[in-house]
Amino acid sequence: MARISSAVFSSHIPAVGAAIDLGTTGNEYWSPVFKGFEYSKKWQADNTPDVIILVYNDHASAFDLRVVPTFGIGCSEEFESADEGWGPRPIPPVQGHPDLAWHIAQSVILDSFDMTICNDFKVDHGLTVPLSLMFGQPEAWPCRVIPFMVNVIQYPPPTGRRCFELGKALRKAVELFDEDLNVHIWGTGGMSHQLQYKRAGLINREWDLNFMNTLINDPEELTKITHPEYIRDAGSEGIELVMWLIARSALGSQVDEKHRFYHVPASNTALGHLILEKAGN
Amino acid sequence: MALEKPYQDIPGTIVFDADMSRKGYHLNQFFMSLMKAENRKRFLADEKAYVDEWPLTDLQKQGVLEKDYNLCIEQGGNIYFLAKLFYTHTQPFERAVSTMTGMTPEEYRAMMLSGGRPIEGNRSIKENQGDK
Ligand SMILES: [Fe+2]
Repeated sequence: MARISSAVFSSHIPAVGAAIDLGTTGNEYWSPVFKGFEYSKKWQADNTPDVIILVYNDHASAFDLRVVPTFGIGCSEEFESADEGWGPRPIPPVQGHPDLAWHIAQSVILDSFDMTICNDFKVDHGLTVPLSLMFGQPEAWPCRVIPFMVNVIQYPPPTGRRCFELGKALRKAVELFDEDLNVHIWGTGGMSHQLQYKRAGLINREWDLNFMNTLINDPEELTKITHPEYIRDAGSEGIELVMWLIARSALGSQVDEKHRFYHVPASNTALGHLILEKAGN
Repeated sequence: MALEKPYQDIPGTIVFDADMSRKGYHLNQFFMSLMKAENRKRFLADEKAYVDEWPLTDLQKQGVLEKDYNLCIEQGGNIYFLAKLFYTHTQPFERAVSTMTGMTPEEYRAMMLSGGRPIEGNRSIKENQGDK
């Protein structure tokens, strides 16, 4: 039986990927950010799973306005790094896990979550920057990754409640998979940030810290946050934090906190990061 | 009954909702075309001619040609699509974003380094009017 044993949460900021690719992680601006991931890289090396289900959003890289799937799951063998306008990131291709991905798709659809099955697409910074933060710059990624996309660009994204329920269905689906696999689930995006219009640059530290705290201890409480509240308090782009609720509920209620990190600024954004293990793991 | 838009009370923010997406469909798909190197090259060689190939409104064209990013957003542009225009002009994202705020890039960066734009005074148009 497969099982979800840990969850990792992290912002996914393009400039952080650029710092890694350009080798500027040690400078004055970036070193505090990468210090926050030193423990994480060690933990990750000691706890490499077989598969990561990586919840993220595409940023008009693979998908444009022609088709906007609310929830999508990547079911193919391999996913290359997208060219987001400055050339593809110099990273290895991501190896998928079609058996588990198709199994999850079928299981959650029959559980009333209408996933869009996606086969031919490239993955952007939303997926690849967290991978680089946790694994560094290997020749090949040390485990398989199932891209799990959520629309958070076209308003309205799925509600926090819907994301939380989907997380439960995901957990059930993984546990119904026959093969004995250690699976991690990652929730990415956030934290507070606004990239557009006159209020751009908004950061809400107190709100973010409270969100992280509640995510650990009482995640269902966060399903009460409405979309207008996310936008008001966490910025127009901060609403992508609904993706963290999928990963958190997929892990189950009792967890051990392994690591917590928060830093402002990373480019226009507040960077938040958590590692949680299933209790008694 | 129409859906309510409570987020319209949030200062300095345009939510990319259904109405904005419909308004900006061609504008955003135009931005998307700049993902291809050959299109970037053609655009940079003659911006006006390239823009005229797209069914855009005059205001949308003006926003693009004058790099008036707030105008682009007001006319239905979405930031992640608009970003393709930043990259085409090899303009760093943070710098481009700063131009939307009425601050210089240096002022904007200083604000971010000191913790970002505070939420106080930026939560609600109604609340701000009540303060006066
Ligand atoms: Fe994102």
